[in-house]
Amino acid sequence: MNASSDAATRRSSPGSVRRDFQPWNDPAAKPLVEFRNVTKRFGKVTAVDALSLSIHAREFFALLGPSGCGKTTLMRMLAGFEQPDEGEILLDGVDITTVPPHQRPVNMMFQSYALFPHLSVGDNIAYGLKREGLPKAQVRERVDAMLKRVRLNGFEGRRPDQLSGGQRQRVALARALVKQPKLLLLDEPLGALDKKLREATQYELMDLQTDLGLTFMVVTHDQDEAMTMADRMAVMDQGRLLQIAPPDLIYEAPANRFVAEFVGDINLIEGRVTAVEGDLVTLENQHVGVIELDEDAPSCQPGDALAIGLRPEKIGLSHDEPQQAVNKVAGEIWDIGYLGDMTMIQVMVGGDEGKLLKVSLTNRTRRIERPFAWEDRVWLSWDIEAGLVLAS
Amino acid sequence: MSGAVPRAAGGCGLLVAAIPYLWLLAFFLAPFLIVLRIALSDAATDQPPYAPHFLGFDALGEFFAGLDFENFRLLGEDALYWQSYLSSLRIAGLTTLIALALGYPLAYAMAMAPKRWQSILLLLVVLPFWTSFLIRVYAWIGILRPQGLLDMALGWLGLASEPLRLLNTDTAVLIGMVYSYLPFMVLPLYTTLQKLDGTLVEAAADLGATPLTSFRTVTLPLSLPGILAGSALVFIPAIGEFVIPDLLGGPDTLMVGKVLWSEFFSNRDWPLASAVAIVLLIVLVLPLVLLQRAGRAAR
Repeated sequence: MNASSDAATRRSSPGSVRRDFQPWNDPAAKPLVEFRNVTKRFGKVTAVDALSLSIHAREFFALLGPSGCGKTTLMRMLAGFEQPDEGEILLDGVDITTVPPHQRPVNMMFQSYALFPHLSVGDNIAYGLKREGLPKAQVRERVDAMLKRVRLNGFEGRRPDQLSGGQRQRVALARALVKQPKLLLLDEPLGALDKKLREATQYELMDLQTDLGLTFMVVTHDQDEAMTMADRMAVMDQGRLLQIAPPDLIYEAPANRFVAEFVGDINLIEGRVTAVEGDLVTLENQHVGVIELDEDAPSCQPGDALAIGLRPEKIGLSHDEPQQAVNKVAGEIWDIGYLGDMTMIQVMVGGDEGKLLKVSLTNRTRRIERPFAWEDRVWLSWDIEAGLVLAS
Repeated sequence: MSGAVPRAAGGCGLLVAAIPYLWLLAFFLAPFLIVLRIALSDAATDQPPYAPHFLGFDALGEFFAGLDFENFRLLGEDALYWQSYLSSLRIAGLTTLIALALGYPLAYAMAMAPKRWQSILLLLVVLPFWTSFLIRVYAWIGILRPQGLLDMALGWLGLASEPLRLLNTDTAVLIGMVYSYLPFMVLPLYTTLQKLDGTLVEAAADLGATPLTSFRTVTLPLSLPGILAGSALVFIPAIGEFVIPDLLGGPDTLMVGKVLWSEFFSNRDWPLASAVAIVLLIVLVLPLVLLQRAGRAAR
């Protein structure tokens, strides 16, 4: 590591995945993949809109967005299946915008896995190596090693339709990985797996990526998946990138309202600014009342309309009025959703026609008798750091 | 799960299951046995023109004693017969190959065409069936005869001054056969190619296969069931074809269909004609079984 990247490391975000790995904060680092003002239209629909993006070597990058946001198009342009209408795509500094898919050092794991049904597991994995014209012995060796790597040794003679969903997923992964691509694209890699298997596979993917020192780009609509695995994630909507940041920053400091609402649960409170003193912003909402929050160099003026977000787990809940709290409001419990590990409670504040706020409580004890019940009068309270200002 | 499914009410369910078997029994096995019985008889100037006749169960022994393999022996001895089988196999085989060579790109282009075009293209392939088969073959006479449409067109284009003299040759038969049977090749091929998962071809390209390699290693093997089905649908009727060689072929065009016709109608030798038909059936069933084996192996 050179000096500049050390400097970057010190600015590390809280609890990021690999503490020393932040090439995106290093101005000297050369990105592996670069999208420069890429636009792709399908008829009148603009799938990707003047988008620029850099992905660094050895990065686990996740592209997150609702369906139809253009994330799949973005990935397909990287694989070479779609040509951008404008802009260019660089891989390792080389313009690959017009390079056909079979000549790109990029491999893709398809959402449907796209395993060749007429070939055995072994032949499926060997397919890409044979196209490189490698000697038979070397192909065998690499296929065997990869089979062992994804725990499928003994299965090389089977046809894809004789495998379980999880096994097929591993064959698809092995087939792409065995080519040792500069960049591996994964299109909804865990979408077809059940919940338990999905969790286990997430960690396997992360281990594989770190061990092999590869660059992964995952496209997913599942935020848990993206947040668990990614070094950085990009939130995309309507062909544009709204925010690119490590998962914790996306969650705790979303760039705008869409990101805040798309990733995780959030209470949205709109109000009018009444005072700005240094970093302290005071606003007023007709139902919640006066709210104070701490904002670095606030750009708002008294009188401005302002939207803030409050994550449910940042709000405290009590029967008695919390004397110390700066931000507090009384309300009535309208709904309790028990989720096992935690409970989501909806509290109506500011009267029956007021505002419903979500509060989450971690269930630390096995007590079945919960301290809160429907129609309880309760107090909500939160720190001045809890609220985040949201650009619309 | 299967244990919970109630059994179909005895008689009714049995009847439904029996329908295809009854059909085969009535319209395949029974006629086959009749033809076989005639093939084992001797020609006779009688009504019907063969002997022995079935005179009742009392004379059953006599009846069976009158049957023999004389006609099949004759087929083996006269070169005309096995030559006509070989010639039929050759023409049907060539027809199948040419239809495959023309039909595959056609079906592929149809399957790759935009969805809204596909039904129109499909209609165009089936369109010739709306005109009588006989009329379409007759039309080819007008095209292929000396000074016909083809010669005129070539003359105008300055490509040929001499008449091509295609009519009444094996080439004319091939042209007519390929033309007539092409839809039977295209339709099953189109169905398989249309069902082919496009992401498989993308996956092949992604793994470094050139378009040609991906066709050879993915598209072609996966369309093998369509190739086999189309080939069977062309080859089987082509081998026994009578109308096309009769109308477009020459005096030296030798095909089983023509031999069968002349034995049956010109020579009124029903037993020999039946023997020709039985051998044709065997010649047809054999490659069919082989095709089916190949199909199973491909799967």
